[in-house]
Amino acid sequence: MPDLHLDGRPLSVAPGTTVAAALALGSDGSARTSVSGERRAPLCGMGICQECRVTIDGLRRLACQTLCRDGMHVETRP
Amino acid sequence: MSAHADVLIIGAGPAGLSAALAAASDGAHVVLLDDNPLPGGQIWRDGVQAKVPAQARQLRDAVDNHASIQRHAGTRVVARAGASALLVEDAERGWVISYRALVLCTGARELLLPFPGWTLPGVTGAGGLQALIKGGLPVAGERIVVAGSGPLLLASAGTAKHNGAQVVRIAEQAALGAVAAFALQLPRWPHKLLQSFSLFDPRYRSGTRIIAALGTDRLEGVRLQRGNSVEELECDRLACGFGLIANVQLAQALGCALGNNAVQVDAWQATSVSGIYAAGECTGFGGSELALVEGCIAGHVAAGNRQAAQRLWPGRRRWQRFADALNMHFVLDPALKHLAEPDTLLCRCEDVPYAAVAAHTSWREAKLATRCGMGACQGRICGAATQYLFDWQPVAPRPPFGPTRIDTLMQLEGSTQSGH
Repeated sequence: MPDLHLDGRPLSVAPGTTVAAALALGSDGSARTSVSGERRAPLCGMGICQECRVTIDGLRRLACQTLCRDGMHVETRP
Repeated sequence: MSAHADVLIIGAGPAGLSAALAAASDGAHVVLLDDNPLPGGQIWRDGVQAKVPAQARQLRDAVDNHASIQRHAGTRVVARAGASALLVEDAERGWVISYRALVLCTGARELLLPFPGWTLPGVTGAGGLQALIKGGLPVAGERIVVAGSGPLLLASAGTAKHNGAQVVRIAEQAALGAVAAFALQLPRWPHKLLQSFSLFDPRYRSGTRIIAALGTDRLEGVRLQRGNSVEELECDRLACGFGLIANVQLAQALGCALGNNAVQVDAWQATSVSGIYAAGECTGFGGSELALVEGCIAGHVAAGNRQAAQRLWPGRRRWQRFADALNMHFVLDPALKHLAEPDTLLCRCEDVPYAAVAAHTSWREAKLATRCGMGACQGRICGAATQYLFDWQPVAPRPPFGPTRIDTLMQLEGSTQSGH
């Protein structure tokens, strides 16, 4: 069971879970704040739309194409 | 840092996996890239809530156990790095791979169109929701509306239902006649697609289109229209997609000719650019069986074995006919071009409203004036939408093809030619 941190809160998920799924399991499902201030959540689910971009351990990654790993720090807010 | 492949393959769906095995069986050293964490593409997407068919598992294992195939997951193409080389990047590093032959198996994505409320959290693509559920998105107990067009709506609804969701409506925009013609082909469809749902499900409506997603901070309901009647339904999620479009951006950037919005190939799966081949959905829609045989042909040709490739031509012809029969095109109702309100965001990356984009006469002009298509997705969503909405022709993407780390781009310094 990977244990990660989502916006500072601990979260435990099943092995093989994507970060996109973890956003909904541990919070309201949203991934980022748009340039005009709207909260956005994963849209295409397959690495095209970039709506699910989050910061993982300091790097910008796509939540839908990243699997949860132990000790990961995921941030959805700037 | 750099690497060399006799045959470099982009995309590890059915076509790419099949191409890799074929080329490796001819003695080529193969490198296979995919930007997803797991191989299989969209149709064989694996995950914590997914079940992939035995055929997919066998092919995947054969690729991973082959000594001359190197597979890199979570790796995307960033730019061209000289005449026969690509700059690629994974989560940790960027590097250049040179190749003798390149096989593009970049698949397809969904056409997503703007309508009021489509940026609300809770709204996804139809195939998008299916992919997210397979990756572990919890939907048990949720009320879900599936809308848009095409057989993917049924597949998506099936996956949602299988994972405990309550599918309250499936809204297909195509008219009953088109759907009925499609239904006549159903006995020839893979059974599993239709196990959970069918066109005869009481919640299925033809000739019904999305008007708006409702809610303030998150989706709370949808408004649908059928003829003159409008229906509002409360729901937790809306999965909405308008059919498939081929992923041609990389091919386009490499100078390959397109036809019918797909990568153009000849009988050898060769593109218009010497040494570059393409197979599977990026060359037109045909399903996984056609992708497998096309991939196999492309892999053999890329490895120099035309004889083996030619032996597969009859098989390809057979699956092509099957694909043609199934490819009942659900023509999109022109009313879908007018779903967006003036203030509906068309470009979700730069938050550009529909009215600002519609004021221009070409994609290039709109881009320069409004920044639409200049954000993180590089116009993959709004460019495809404006192609449908305004008949604008998208131009080849410029490198880097997506957001890229600076230290990856610095790898271009060391490659033989910058390509810029």
